Amino acid sequence: MDLILEGIKKAFLLLVTLDREVLDITLLSLKVSGLATLISVFIGVSIGTVIALNEFPGKRAVVSLVNTGMGLPPVVVGLFVTIFLWRNGPFGFLGILYTPLAIIIAQSIIATPIVMGITVAAMQQLPRKLRLQILALGATRLQMVWTLIKEARLSLLAAIMAGFGGVISEIGASIMVGGNIKGYSRVLTTATVMETSRGNFDVAIALSIILLLLAYFINLILTHVQQRERKQ
Amino acid sequence: MPILEAKGLRVERAGAQLLDVPHLKVDEGEVLALIGPNGAGKSTLLVTLCHLFKYFSGAIVFKGKPVGDELPVGQYRKRISMVFQEPLLFNATVFENVAAGLRFRKLERQEIKRSVKENLERFGIGHLGDRSARTLSGGEAQRTSLARAFAVKPDMLFLDEPFSALDPPTRESLIEDLERILEDSGTTTIFATHDRIEALRLSDRIAVMNRGRILQIGAPDDVMNHPADEFVASFVGVETILKGKVAGKKMGIVTVSVSGREVAVIGDYAIGESLILCIRPENVTLSINPSETTSARNTFRGTIERIVPMGLFHKVELDCGFPLVSYITQDAVDALSLCEGSDVAASLKATAIHVVRK
Repeated sequence: MDLILEGIKKAFLLLVTLDREVLDITLLSLKVSGLATLISVFIGVSIGTVIALNEFPGKRAVVSLVNTGMGLPPVVVGLFVTIFLWRNGPFGFLGILYTPLAIIIAQSIIATPIVMGITVAAMQQLPRKLRLQILALGATRLQMVWTLIKEARLSLLAAIMAGFGGVISEIGASIMVGGNIKGYSRVLTTATVMETSRGNFDVAIALSIILLLLAYFINLILTHVQQRERKQ
Repeated sequence: MPILEAKGLRVERAGAQLLDVPHLKVDEGEVLALIGPNGAGKSTLLVTLCHLFKYFSGAIVFKGKPVGDELPVGQYRKRISMVFQEPLLFNATVFENVAAGLRFRKLERQEIKRSVKENLERFGIGHLGDRSARTLSGGEAQRTSLARAFAVKPDMLFLDEPFSALDPPTRESLIEDLERILEDSGTTTIFATHDRIEALRLSDRIAVMNRGRILQIGAPDDVMNHPADEFVASFVGVETILKGKVAGKKMGIVTVSVSGREVAVIGDYAIGESLILCIRPENVTLSINPSETTSARNTFRGTIERIVPMGLFHKVELDCGFPLVSYITQDAVDALSLCEGSDVAASLKATAIHVVRK
């Protein structure tokens, strides 16, 4: 019991004094996962919208594939990104393995199906006649798609949060393609694993608290926006 | 020149013929009602005429220009507007909803504001501008939807059963407002309904549809008094429809002038007002010499044009200067020795006439 209490006490000390290393790791985590989410939103929302709004043979198979991708194990993504970026792999010449960029790529691959899957579901939930109504009001095709995206905004917000939540907390890919290099590619999750294995529970607990707080604030914002929209 | 002309419109889906309209012409400023049961093809026709349906064959000509050819589809859609049965509002304020069509046309901010305000007032929802569309009642939502369609000043309006989801009082007040607005704006309109009274009130012409075809098209009284076939007759009802103007009133009794004859009805209508009178055949009684003591206020002499046996009773079609139909029993036919061409007196009570404001 002492171990835990002592750990929590030290963890708060680290947080309150804004320990340089903890702060840097947190900022890098936010930057990497934030960028990865941004990329996944860009790809996921646009492709998801195209899938949802068009009828084509094999649509069901594609949607199933996307939904399967929502549960893509980060270690599998990590493995394949590592192979692709390996020195004599197809993209080895880029020399970006064990860099934050590699983590961004891997996390984008993890988050994209999550964002895409929720986007497809959200767009398909809108009444079909809504499209006709928008066109009947004189909208161009592009204006129609944009209006539909605005209509699905609450669900899309959830998609963004789910994507971010998925990548900020994953470890498999980060540790494989980032390498957990101190002060360079060390993020919250990889640092937590390392500190725990070293027995530095205080630092590990501090990092965990930050992760939990991040998760909490993301959900707080999401809930707040959704409740406000609903209350109107 | 007609504002809209459709030629050889056909829609087929999975082997089923959903629409087959060889020819349809709509004149500038007219209100055309499409009337028919569910699945008659009213919505399909409206959606096709708006060029919102990809899978159709035939031509739509708007103001002399074929749509999709001389007139690009996008430009055509910017000149028309459609309202569906469901309000289909966006998850935004009422103001933003009404502004949507104007924003698609990239109008200036001031112009949008002015036009939205004008149309909110027009539909009596000026106080709802800042409300979220999600919180509106059914009637308010449909008013918003109509205001949104009118805001773009369409050359032509398509309404797909816009009232059918509303409760009677809400529906009544909305129809009244729409009647006035259509009259003021003179917007050419095609609207679908399965309510014949709605069609009577709002339209200049009625098209009766079933199974994707237009069975009969013409003036409301013409279609209702002279249905082209049994289906039309069963759908538009069996009532005689007379058009007239209020000529005088006295103690709750209003005298309506119909084709030069006077018909007494109950109600409070202004002199000069246009009315439509609906008369059910079972309320018309026939006699050779009407007795003086009858309580019926209306007695017209006429000639029997046709007697049609209808099973338990006979349908007698009269010409009293206007058409009139009566149902009588076989006994009565024998007792009065009625036959086609003979003269007869038709009586009906003022209270038996259903009056619709036009």
